[in-house]
Amino acid sequence: MITKRIIPCLDVKDGRVVKGVNFAGLSDVSSPIELAKYYSDCGADELVFYDITASAEGRALFTDILKKTAETVFIPLTVGGGINTVEDFDRVLKCGADKVSVNSGAIRDPSLIPAAAKKYGDQCVVISADVKRVDGRFRVFAKGGREDTGMEAISWIKRCVDSGAGEVVLNSIDTDGVRGGFDLEMLEAVSNAVSVPVIASGGAGSVQDFITLFNTLPRVDAGLAASIFHFGQVAIPDLKAELKKNGINVRI
Amino acid sequence: MTAIIDYGVGNLFSLSRSFEAIGETCVVTGDKAVIESADRLLLPGVGAFGDAAKMLADSGLWDTVCEQANSGKPLLGVCLGMQLLFDVSYEYGEHKGLGLIPGQVRPIAEVIPEGLKIPQIGWNALDFTNRETPLFKYIKNGDFVYFVHSYYAANCDENTIATTEYGAPLTAAVAKGNVFGCQFHPEKSGTVGLNILKAFCEI
Repeated sequence: MITKRIIPCLDVKDGRVVKGVNFAGLSDVSSPIELAKYYSDCGADELVFYDITASAEGRALFTDILKKTAETVFIPLTVGGGINTVEDFDRVLKCGADKVSVNSGAIRDPSLIPAAAKKYGDQCVVISADVKRVDGRFRVFAKGGREDTGMEAISWIKRCVDSGAGEVVLNSIDTDGVRGGFDLEMLEAVSNAVSVPVIASGGAGSVQDFITLFNTLPRVDAGLAASIFHFGQVAIPDLKAELKKNGINVRI
Repeated sequence: MTAIIDYGVGNLFSLSRSFEAIGETCVVTGDKAVIESADRLLLPGVGAFGDAAKMLADSGLWDTVCEQANSGKPLLGVCLGMQLLFDVSYEYGEHKGLGLIPGQVRPIAEVIPEGLKIPQIGWNALDFTNRETPLFKYIKNGDFVYFVHSYYAANCDENTIATTEYGAPLTAAVAKGNVFGCQFHPEKSGTVGLNILKAFCEI
């Protein structure tokens, strides 16, 4: 049976991984290439590179790094950040990305997802949604979670999927950074609403949080996290061994 | 030398890098003469069957691929490239395939239980059938590979070398003489995938 995926996310700025990392055995802890290889070797099922560069120089560096990573790492690579046009899809796909995640770009331009899906296929287009509760309702936020769009999240995500997004990354702003566990309520609402894979993001603080996620919500396909992996709080081989011990199907 | 057939479909960057990673020379080409001079061929493919079949025909390489395969040259189809090896696909209509392996390409929705997600996206295990194959020389039964697909090859049991369980056993890899196919992406399946490509290069 298909396995649950564990996905580390690397924020890359000007060609370097931001948020400090601390691993023994890595000569350059902020090199995205080295870190990607490290994660791939220790059993990560997929990698997400998030480009948080603001400048054109940084963007060029990012695509260069991406290319070098794709030359050495042979697991699926998803790229997000700064994807606003079909040309942006083209730019990162040519460098070896397998999937491209869109966020604010899809909010600004509703034709982006259908256009990209038509050109590259649904499997290539990931909608990454930053969602937060406002007055008891789930709302979509733009610009890295800084701007309330006023849109209701579940129907918006559903629209994205209907127009061609083949996967959903749901990032709960409410649980992000708190490390108290994934946002099960929000994830349940989204995974009941769509029939494509849903990737949980925001809130992972321990191995138990992943066990709870997959046991409580069997329709969630993957768990994504950044700092708990980077800081070594959760090691991927240990995480997968524990998941397996708890009856959750993983690739080991 | 392996020729990765470039007929305008999909991203061939990872495939060509995979061959380099295992120390094999490869060339991405749509040139008939280069394809004819290659030791083995890799037929890639993503997207919809009908579009890809049309692109392959329009590139003028349809007959070349068939001739080369029929001459005994090893050929590996990957993902949609595997599906193209069959007689026909029922993805959005009815489309003729290369007919190198008997069988049809049908929606996985016809055989998997309701509620399972389509496409199948992610890592799943290979269940070897009892057939001996040089393609799996360096991997073992139960190894995981990366799938992304909504259609599968049906009625090809006699040439199936591995299935994968997704609510039903789906064709994961096929072999008929010198013609091979992987529904999954070896170039995205880590060491296991590279070992499959390595074995293919030794055929």
